[in-house]
Amino acid sequence: MAIVTINGVKHSVQAEADMPLLWVIRDLVGLTGTKFGCGMAQCGACTVYVDGAPVRSCQTLIGDIEGAEVTTIEGLKGKVAEAVQAVWADLDVPQCGYCQSGQIMSATDLLTSNPKPSDEDIDAAMAGNLCRCATYHRIRAGIHEAAKRLEG
Amino acid sequence: MIPRLMQSVSLPAAGVQASRRQFLIGALAAGTGIAVGFRLLSASPAAAAETAADNGAHSFSPYLTIDGDGKVTVLSSQFEMGQGSYNGIATLVAEELDADWSAIDVKGAAGNIKAYGNLAFGGAIQATGGSTSMASSWERYRKAGAAARAMLVAAAASEWGVDAAEITVENGILAHPSGKSGGFGVFAAKAATMPVPADVKLKQPGDWKLIGNPELKRFDSARKANGTEQYTIDVKLPGLLTAVMIHPPLFGAKAKSFDASAARAVKGVVDVVETPRGIAVIGEHMWAAIKGREAVKVEWDDAAAEKRGTQEVMSTYRDLAKKTPAAVARKDGDAEAAFAQAAKVLEASFEFPYLAHAAMEPLNAVARMNEDGTLDVWGGHQFPDVYQRLAGEIAGIPPEKVRLNVMKSGGSFGRRAVFDGDVVVEAVYAAKAIGFRAPVKVQWTREEDMRAGRYRPAYMHTLKAGLDADGKLVAWNDHIVGQSIMAKTAFEGMVKNGVDPTSVEGASNLPYRIPNQTVGLTTTDVGVPVLWWRSVGSTHTAYAAEVFLDEVAEAAGRDPVEFRLSLLEPQSRHATVLKLAAEKAEWQKPLAEGRFRGVALAESFGSVVAEIAEVSADGNGGIKVERVVAAVDCGLAVNPDQVRAQVEGGIGFGLGAILGEEITLTDGKVDQGNFDVYTPLRIDAMPKVEVHIVPLANPPSGIGEPGVPPIGPAVANAAYKALGKRIRVMPFSKSLNA
Repeated sequence: MAIVTINGVKHSVQAEADMPLLWVIRDLVGLTGTKFGCGMAQCGACTVYVDGAPVRSCQTLIGDIEGAEVTTIEGLKGKVAEAVQAVWADLDVPQCGYCQSGQIMSATDLLTSNPKPSDEDIDAAMAGNLCRCATYHRIRAGIHEAAKRLEG
Repeated sequence: MIPRLMQSVSLPAAGVQASRRQFLIGALAAGTGIAVGFRLLSASPAAAAETAADNGAHSFSPYLTIDGDGKVTVLSSQFEMGQGSYNGIATLVAEELDADWSAIDVKGAAGNIKAYGNLAFGGAIQATGGSTSMASSWERYRKAGAAARAMLVAAAASEWGVDAAEITVENGILAHPSGKSGGFGVFAAKAATMPVPADVKLKQPGDWKLIGNPELKRFDSARKANGTEQYTIDVKLPGLLTAVMIHPPLFGAKAKSFDASAARAVKGVVDVVETPRGIAVIGEHMWAAIKGREAVKVEWDDAAAEKRGTQEVMSTYRDLAKKTPAAVARKDGDAEAAFAQAAKVLEASFEFPYLAHAAMEPLNAVARMNEDGTLDVWGGHQFPDVYQRLAGEIAGIPPEKVRLNVMKSGGSFGRRAVFDGDVVVEAVYAAKAIGFRAPVKVQWTREEDMRAGRYRPAYMHTLKAGLDADGKLVAWNDHIVGQSIMAKTAFEGMVKNGVDPTSVEGASNLPYRIPNQTVGLTTTDVGVPVLWWRSVGSTHTAYAAEVFLDEVAEAAGRDPVEFRLSLLEPQSRHATVLKLAAEKAEWQKPLAEGRFRGVALAESFGSVVAEIAEVSADGNGGIKVERVVAAVDCGLAVNPDQVRAQVEGGIGFGLGAILGEEITLTDGKVDQGNFDVYTPLRIDAMPKVEVHIVPLANPPSGIGEPGVPPIGPAVANAAYKALGKRIRVMPFSKSLNA
């Protein structure tokens, strides 16, 4: 049994301490926006925030985050996130879309700490998020555009 | 509800191999509205009799529905894996329907080859592949939209007592000069009672608002940006169990016995069952299944297994490459005689490794037996009718009792188009093994996805070119060695005279005017399962030909672009595309210090793409790709921005492969298991990309794949300028560190 707060809602789940947060979110709580891609923190598809900081939920054990506040794509809110999500649709960034929840979690985190990132900043911050459709060209453009909109 | 099949329209299968079938438009009442679709009618008397007998009831399938709320749902025959086929087909329907783009949704359809068969494959199979979705859909989905529009107009004319010709339709609203107006929803039910139009007229290109509109946005981007898009992994059903597989560690091995006693004791493990494809560990959720999997002990029978590693396989290929090809795929003139007289002869060999598709969503499928004896299967059904038949056979029910729920998939790149149904079959076997008492989702881990097979085959190319005394290219030989994708599958009939076209495409149709040209093929027998991988044969044929051609141009003392143009028909699509790329990349202008350029041109899936890559040396013996300029002829660009997106993504996909992707085997076992060692492109290696589309009016050809083939050779040719080294063994990481 573990207690976890996801998107502001407290959940009591039947999970042993070694269960990765990813499967708690997906299979026990039933939020499916967070995706499984690799299971070893290599692809970033499972990126969520724990107490506001991005983590790979496939390598975050539920037993290690008792009492923490988890934010998934479903609970992502605020000016920066909204700008990113709007730009993602306006620029048609996604192709298959499977990795995009993770991309958006990482992009939102980047713009929150660095409102005007350079291409190099973007590459450094986003290199942990694989996109097999290779929408990287538009991810970069999307982050720049979101930065511009947030500035204006 | 019997569809009224009123009209026979012969279909000029635009841009695809003409089918002998004809189309019938049909319509019927559906729920609160109307369904409009087509059915295929074979020209043969037997099929006509069959149609008469069933009155079309079983062979009508909708291409679109309009409900009482005015919502338009397009039922797509073509599978969506990110390439935008749903968006493209929705554009065709919405254009002719004059629908409100924001009220459009698309669902995958399956279950009736007559309606959904891919015309590029003669309508004989419902399949998404070969970049054929727009070509196959171009006529029939527009006609379905136009028929639906005509019936809505007829319904409104009848309702209002006006002449149908006076009614206009715009953005999902029907209007009459008298001031009367109403949305699609108001007339949808009545439209279903109207006669199916006898003559469906399609719009003239000048009247298009959506087709070719560069501003049109994908209907599905917002849901992909907020996490609500649903994939197979997200399927939720009451009592759903999740299974992970234990596949044989060697291809061709089988489970001899297994001990699941410890696994069954793992909390949340429901059962451990054997399937013909391996052991399925079934849990209440994914984590329970994964933990259970670790506790299962399996003894394998590897008597029939492939035990060679890739080193042995490639060593065999090198020997075969020296011998006469087993089959001839192309023979123009007399290359041997021309080589004997050539002033200069060049030779080079190229090696390509196995590649994994490694889509972001690892393979999965869900099976549920229903109380009424029907079976539901959810999955990324790229070959739906194949899966329907296989699922029915396993479940012991006729195929029509298998309902396929076509989910969008998190990538595929060809991986979900398999003849043996792999993961789909596993889901049905696993559900059957527990007596169908609960629905089962089989979800491969990343390691299973990477190690359980289906790869772009490893290949070897040996090329030889002859120049005459004037530096003219007079002879060309390409000997390809590698496995066939289609042999021993349902597509075996495509293998003619020992030549699998997917092994030689891109080489056997090389566009250059070389008077003496031979393409030979030696097909190998290796127990590693192979499959089409985005752009298939052209992944290797284009690389070998275009890198070698650059070498030939250098030997002839010619500029790579000018040399290629001299070999092309001046008015050809190839020449046009190459010139456009050269112009946009400012090929003639010198580059900044430390920057180097390379060019490549390739035709695949009816489209022609040229790419010019600009690279710099990274200072560590490698290169960084800074910028790519692409020019594309894909016929009419239905969604120009999506054409750009596919070429941008294709460049990233192809670049990742040539820079660092490789599946190797040691003693028959796949070495790579995850993204730590199998390394698709990441954002920090993505170049800036510019895509230029040749404006054309002829029907659309492929675009999902054609952006991939030129990137490898374009970068290799630029890398040669930067590093002074011809890279002939893939991936680059191997050649440059050697």
